[in-house]
Amino acid sequence: MSVVEFRIDRRSGVATYLQIVQQVQQALRLGILVEGDRLPTAAQVAATTKVNPNTTLKAYRELEREGLVEPRPGLGTFVSRTLARPDSAADALLREELRSWMQRAQAEGLDREDVQALLNSVLQERYPDA
Amino acid sequence: MSEPSPWAIEAEGLGKKYRRGWALRDCSFRLPAGHICALVGPNGAGKSTFLSTATRLVQPTTGTLKLFGVPVSDPAVLQRVAFLAQDKPLYPRFTVAETLRLGRELNPRWDQALAERIVRSGNVPFTARIGTLSGGQRTRIAFALAFGKRPELLLLDEPMSDLDPLARHELSGLLMAEAAEHGTTVLMSSHMLSEMEVMCDYLLVLAEGRLRMAGQTEELVPAHLLVTGVASGDDGVPEELRRQHTVVESKVTGRQFTALVRPGGPLSDSWETLSPSMEEVLLAYLRSPDAPTLIADEARIDGGQQEAAA
Repeated sequence: MSVVEFRIDRRSGVATYLQIVQQVQQALRLGILVEGDRLPTAAQVAATTKVNPNTTLKAYRELEREGLVEPRPGLGTFVSRTLARPDSAADALLREELRSWMQRAQAEGLDREDVQALLNSVLQERYPDA
Repeated sequence: MSEPSPWAIEAEGLGKKYRRGWALRDCSFRLPAGHICALVGPNGAGKSTFLSTATRLVQPTTGTLKLFGVPVSDPAVLQRVAFLAQDKPLYPRFTVAETLRLGRELNPRWDQALAERIVRSGNVPFTARIGTLSGGQRTRIAFALAFGKRPELLLLDEPMSDLDPLARHELSGLLMAEAAEHGTTVLMSSHMLSEMEVMCDYLLVLAEGRLRMAGQTEELVPAHLLVTGVASGDDGVPEELRRQHTVVESKVTGRQFTALVRPGGPLSDSWETLSPSMEEVLLAYLRSPDAPTLIADEARIDGGQQEAAA
């Protein structure tokens, strides 16, 4: 049984191998994938998503380059590092501050799209080229 | 056998002339082994003629075709290739088990366990007659027969065209998984461009019997840009765009032009550019039979020593 299943969005304009890379990174951040887990084989990914096996292997090579996974010949590709951070005190505080900020935004009459646009623009300013 | 050839297909000057004219003309390219390749083109472009020459059903009028280094004129080539025709010809009176037995008797490298596994994973009863099966089940049996042969190259002529969406999804997954498992090179003709985008990593585009595009998708598709801007000049497409870049297709709407181009350098800031999808690139080539041919270096029979002629 594989631990994760990839979802490929054909309309996203994001290259398929990048979608796989991003989904593995996301799963690592969320703790869905942890150290020692085996990623699905290219044949398994192909069976569920029809993704070309060479595309999956390319994504795995990229993840290997980032030091997140390692291939073990004959066994598969395994997660070698986790990205999940323990829930720190700083996280909880930041979340609380963001919640009250959003309350104010709501009170000021900003709708969902306005808030999204504001967040994105500050995000881009602080973390350029994410 | 000596060193295995790294090229699953090598075509050189391949052509086929029927009484009504050339169905395939001056076709030169090579397909490296291990790829899953889409063969794309409008009806009558020469796709089926090409597949027929590769399976010895049709003799080429000109040129040569080699599969894994073996010329198709040599009957030994048939051991390495499996071909699934569009109508998936099977004997309707045979049962599934009898059909697999046929495969076993006719093919020296037959893998019975593999063929049975493909049948079983679709819950098709071995005692059922082929004629009583649904389209999806029949395609599954045809795949079992094709993969049971353990081919190095699998040629498919519109394998999913007559299937409902559910069967199509299931059998595409089966095809991709088995090909990945055994490292089979696959060449399949199809009209389903958006599905091909995920499944295939190599492209062959035919139009009017000629090869228009060949190479890895990740090389061919990003070589194009969709450009929009203010129309100018005689036909609306700015002279500057034509001078420096290769225009595959262009359209003018009011004061705006849209063009799919192969950039020959940096593009002017006054234009808006977008990266097209594989489907957009393919459609542009299919609509413009006069657009200049694009053969990636790797796909050229001479290894990219020559400039491609338009």
